[in-house]
Amino acid sequence: MEFGYTASIDLNDVPVLSAEELTTSVVASVQAGRRVLALFGLPEEDGSGVGLFCLLADDATRTLAAMRTAPLAAFDSMTPQCPQVHLFERELFEQWQIRPEGHPWLKPVRYCPPEVGDAPRPGPAETQYYRILGSQVHEVAVGPVHAGIIEPGHFRFQCYGENVMHLEIQLGFQHRGIEKLIRNAPARRLLPLVECVAGDSSIAHVTACCTLIERLTGLSVSMRGQLLRRVALELERLANHTGDLGAIGGDTGFLPTSAWNGRIRGDFLNMTALLCGNRFGRGLLCPGGVLQDVDTELCQTIGKRLRAAYRDVRGAVDIMFASQSVLARLTGTGRVSRQAATDLGLVGMAARACGLPRDARVTFPVDDLPLGDMTPRTELSGDVLARARVRSAELNDAAATAGAALTHIPFTRPGEALGTSSIPALPANRCAVGIAEGWRGEVCHVGITGAKGTFRAYKIVDPSFHNWMGLAMALRDEQISDFPLCNKSFNLSYCGHDL
Amino acid sequence: MFHIIKERIHQQYRTLDYPAVQPELSPRYLGRPTIAASPCGDCRACLDACPTGAMTVGPQGPALDMGRCLFCGVCSRACAAGKILFTKDHRVASFSREGLIVTGDEPVSRMPLRDFTLFRRSLKLREVSAGGCNACEADTNVLGTLVYDLGKFGIEFVASPRHADGLVVTGPVSENMRQALLDTYEAMPEPRIVIAVGSCAISGGLFSESPECHNGAAALLPVDVFIPGCPPSPWSILDGLLAVKHAERPTPDMPPAETAPRP
Repeated sequence: MEFGYTASIDLNDVPVLSAEELTTSVVASVQAGRRVLALFGLPEEDGSGVGLFCLLADDATRTLAAMRTAPLAAFDSMTPQCPQVHLFERELFEQWQIRPEGHPWLKPVRYCPPEVGDAPRPGPAETQYYRILGSQVHEVAVGPVHAGIIEPGHFRFQCYGENVMHLEIQLGFQHRGIEKLIRNAPARRLLPLVECVAGDSSIAHVTACCTLIERLTGLSVSMRGQLLRRVALELERLANHTGDLGAIGGDTGFLPTSAWNGRIRGDFLNMTALLCGNRFGRGLLCPGGVLQDVDTELCQTIGKRLRAAYRDVRGAVDIMFASQSVLARLTGTGRVSRQAATDLGLVGMAARACGLPRDARVTFPVDDLPLGDMTPRTELSGDVLARARVRSAELNDAAATAGAALTHIPFTRPGEALGTSSIPALPANRCAVGIAEGWRGEVCHVGITGAKGTFRAYKIVDPSFHNWMGLAMALRDEQISDFPLCNKSFNLSYCGHDL
Repeated sequence: MFHIIKERIHQQYRTLDYPAVQPELSPRYLGRPTIAASPCGDCRACLDACPTGAMTVGPQGPALDMGRCLFCGVCSRACAAGKILFTKDHRVASFSREGLIVTGDEPVSRMPLRDFTLFRRSLKLREVSAGGCNACEADTNVLGTLVYDLGKFGIEFVASPRHADGLVVTGPVSENMRQALLDTYEAMPEPRIVIAVGSCAISGGLFSESPECHNGAAALLPVDVFIPGCPPSPWSILDGLLAVKHAERPTPDMPPAETAPRP
């Protein structure tokens, strides 16, 4: 069933297909150029089993398509024809014990017990690793605890000399069971939980969640509220792109940019703190708008600081890209082909660096504000340089977009930005989708309500969920010493993946 | 090269001479709360509003547990009598769990419970994120940038637990990180200290009801310093670390820093 991305649909209108019809339809749709936004288990309310629910996105027509099946125990895996569902199918098996028959890589995702049935809990990252055998081949295992202040994950490199033939990434150490907590959360805890899905993308996640609730309930957001949300989302993008470009400078040994960007990133976070008191924007958004309005003076203060910080980061990044040694280090390192990016369904900045113009701000915007000159910034080479250049170009867009929004806010009515501090009652048996383009990429939340208006399913797809495999591909035929640089260029979220 | 020098001059000197110079925080920043002690009658508005159960109401009025608090300010808005206020004071760290509970009474003194004077000149820390959402991690990491310049205080985050005097824990401790966290602690030489950063690491925070989490580091390790927040401001974290460095000389009956693992 096709529908506009802003619509909320009646669950009864979503056709119940057989497993075979669903898999055939999904594979055909993906071959025709659609993407899988989410594929997850939809438990029956009477406890009679769990069916599949699949959501596809058509970027060209800006429509979504939903389909589902009756409860089932197994289906034929789509992964061999459609690799972008590989992790969704593994998740289905781990969470609901629905077996994708013929899945080539059916390993745990988060190393947690299933929600139904009683399978034994696997030890964290204890699985059969892909291994290359040979007297001169060696294996390097890293993690879960890494050297820096960074989230945990386990990485295994299969190496021949310094060359990495394959990198396998096993995560799940950060699993907190957040989807289940959100499903059962009292209203006062819903948004705080969503803001903790991935701390560096708090605004993107809470924007997706609030958008979803607004689409379910028909709440509208005033112009002023939309502008304020946009400022917050773009500040989050500026802060993280700035920090990561600095980290890329650090890993290249170009220390001026590394040092300055660390400071400038904080300047952007402090602007978010001016909006709501919290550097990560927690407590700013609520259904229907924002919790705290701003006045003209504050808009001008933030605008002034934004221009100054943008000048600083532009200067810091420009001297990095003017350095021959930095360019030599970044060029051709950690390349992901456009074909691999398409097959794996990469999203966001990582996809744009491979030439795929995927940007939810353009295709599935959360607001109805004009985009100005903003177009998806793409590069063709798919290497670390491409990802760094995409981020650098997006600094311009984000600063311009946030700056324009800040100049427009004083021309809207004061107070109209304020939303509702409580979560409104949700209608029964509806489904809606909230998509927000965070700095990493598309953050997708899908909410399906049950007969009582509570969440029967709440699926969170962080861009990292799609993109971790992209990092593994980037390391193929590279050296182990390239890993930190490749990793920084993606800077994926561990907890966003582990949920 | 010329461009780099020119840009260097533009970027200026940005390190703040903390704690001699206090940072300018956002006017909307919510720091250490204060509570006006007076009976609340039947009103439980703050309890109903708080997302993490940080509020309790006793005969003397409300009490706020900073160890559970997200510093979201919902309780302050819910209290019609205006008894709960958040100040701009970023110094929220405590040497004891009880010291995080704010009531109408005088605040608990910041006397350390153990002897930390060994770490006065050099404090090497190992950070472990155990289910943290990357906000506490990011605001801890930022202490290495030139604004805060952690190194000038003789404090440094090191790569190996073997080189560390202290363990900084963030996150509610997910089941999948429990063993790795305990192993890291075991790998540290004695005497060693444990610092819990963020409400998740102190009490489990928002995740205290999750069967996948262990209610923070305090439930598994002997925590010496508690730095609450969601996430704490980097200045709060720096203040907490400096509290260890500047801890007063011990009284004769004060035990030394942890020398043997607790069960």
